[in-house]
Amino acid sequence: MSPNLLALLPEIILTVGGVLIMVAEPCLTPGGSRKPLGWLAILATLAAGAASIFQLGFTKSAAIFAFYGTIQVDPFSIFFHLLIAAIVLCSLLGSLDYFEGATNHAGEYFALVLFGAVGMMFMTSATELLMVFVGLEISSISTYIMAGFRKGQATSAESAIKYFLLGSFATAFFLYGIALAFGATGSTSIHAIAAGLAGTSTPTLAIAALTLIIIGLGFKVSAAPFHVWTPDVYQGAPAPVVGLMSTAPKAAAFAVLLRITYSAFGSMEARWTILLWILAALSMTVGNLGALLQTNVKRMLAYSSIANAGYLLVAFTASADRGIAAAAFYTATYAAMNVGAFAVITQVGGFNESTRTLADYTGLALRRPVLGALLSFFLLSMIGIPFTGGFFGKFYVFTATIHSGNVWLAVVGLLNSGVACFYYLRLIAALYTRRETAETSPVTSISFPAGLGLAATALATLMLGVLPGQILHLAGRASWSITSPSAARIGAAAETASR
Amino acid sequence: MQLALFIIFAALAVAGALNFLLQRHPINSALSLVVVMLSLAVLYWSLGAEFLAAAQVIVYSGAVMVLFVFVVMLLNAGEEERTTGSRAAYFAGIPGAAAVFCLLSFVFLSESKTLGSSNLGGYLNDGTVNIVEISKILFTRLLLPFEVTSILILVAILGAVVLARKEPDPKVVTSSTDAAGVIVIKEKV
Repeated sequence: MSPNLLALLPEIILTVGGVLIMVAEPCLTPGGSRKPLGWLAILATLAAGAASIFQLGFTKSAAIFAFYGTIQVDPFSIFFHLLIAAIVLCSLLGSLDYFEGATNHAGEYFALVLFGAVGMMFMTSATELLMVFVGLEISSISTYIMAGFRKGQATSAESAIKYFLLGSFATAFFLYGIALAFGATGSTSIHAIAAGLAGTSTPTLAIAALTLIIIGLGFKVSAAPFHVWTPDVYQGAPAPVVGLMSTAPKAAAFAVLLRITYSAFGSMEARWTILLWILAALSMTVGNLGALLQTNVKRMLAYSSIANAGYLLVAFTASADRGIAAAAFYTATYAAMNVGAFAVITQVGGFNESTRTLADYTGLALRRPVLGALLSFFLLSMIGIPFTGGFFGKFYVFTATIHSGNVWLAVVGLLNSGVACFYYLRLIAALYTRRETAETSPVTSISFPAGLGLAATALATLMLGVLPGQILHLAGRASWSITSPSAARIGAAAETASR
Repeated sequence: MQLALFIIFAALAVAGALNFLLQRHPINSALSLVVVMLSLAVLYWSLGAEFLAAAQVIVYSGAVMVLFVFVVMLLNAGEEERTTGSRAAYFAGIPGAAAVFCLLSFVFLSESKTLGSSNLGGYLNDGTVNIVEISKILFTRLLLPFEVTSILILVAILGAVVLARKEPDPKVVTSSTDAAGVIVIKEKV
């Protein structure tokens, strides 16, 4: 198989899947069930995941370079490809029944999810900033549209518009950063930028470029002070979409940030560490303090996701060998518990989201024990209780940063984790409190695919907390593919050879 | 000559941008944005980037501005206001513009020896033609981003369909296939 085809295999499979869904959609009876298309999307995602694992076998000695060095498939990109495929899979399982009968655009939804995944996968494997930009736009535009899928509700329209306007604003920052990086080094390729910066002493233009890129990506991962859109968008968007967009595009954006900071701007590590230190401390504090004030559960989880972006940014202040692995591992644990929590919210609320506030959730675990227990488990994982994925995620991030001498940031993070206990435990306590008023909402049973998705996320959260070895090993390999000196050399060589 | 062109069109761009901010009516703002875009195109051209200049005119002045004006018109921006400024522009606009044009042409032609001549477009770059270089990069090193942009456009089209199409109430409309195999859409009463 030609390296070009091999390197793009998962993306090609997903694109074909999305196009097939688009073609098949008009052939089904109008107003009929769109579940077959959902299953087709699930099949395509599974195939893409399998293709990523297939690629892993080819990257033992060296990365696969394709399209003149635009794409670099290495364990790092494969780690994030698999993570994105898993997130998309669980979200699709959770949303199969969600759109049934509620909207006529379920078919388009499944296609958009697949196309969005294509964009995110391109972001993680691209070593050309223009390719990153195109991938970022594909993933962003599909999430903007998905956020507005509850067309009857005003909050959903508000969510989509806010997300669109602020997201495009952020993309402009990112693009400007790319332009300045080109001005500083004469290239938009990550390896060429690294080579161009190696000899310079005071790269003023490069500092401006990196700052703008960090601002742009900071918006995308909702790090404070670029987080203002998050609560409104998460509140209005459909619950399964929030589960998807709070994890997969963020994982992709963090992958891009890891590649850009440690690989392209690696020679300026002392400078950007300070910047990310501040962002991390701010995000953790703003996120956790903001969450304390929320009564709407989705808004509370939105602030919690800001705080989690802060914990993740802590990993960036660590040295490359520990930091990248810790960040990669944390994205996986965060994805497992957050997709799970929003899958429960999807089941509880339904399309019209009748259950919103803390008061609505009171006594939920007594009426629906399985859902209540699962939500409590995911929330405990977000606190970071041992035997859950959240514990090891936080553990590796904080030990990595302490090893690099950033004790104060770790202290800030741990204090924040203490604050976070309060609002997570408040929700768990509410779940197990008996409600005074009589029960009105009918209890619907969990459908098979949604149950499968819930079980998968719960199992992933548990496994990451009990047996993290396999994922840690993969994260370590991912980190090695960026930090090893040979990676950059081979990348630069492939770049020049292709010219 | 290069300097003279730069000063004239840079001033025009700045004036257009200021006017864009100061105008109250959205259509007037949009039209002054066209002035900014076109002046920028001339500046690009005089810097030796003729491809960028052409793209600027086609994409910004053409597509983007038409879209802007369409949106402003569709949103029903309200009655056009007649201010003293607009009344003055109504009478003095075309003769004034013609007078400035004549004056500039006269100055350029009479002082052509002191101003010298200026090359426009890619001839500034020692014989390499910009468009050739751009197309080489676009179809070799940047082939993948170029191709993948098609997925981006596909997503945008899909989004436009989703957001713009009316959502019929799924409970009211049922569909079935009749004996001849034609899909029949019935409305429940």
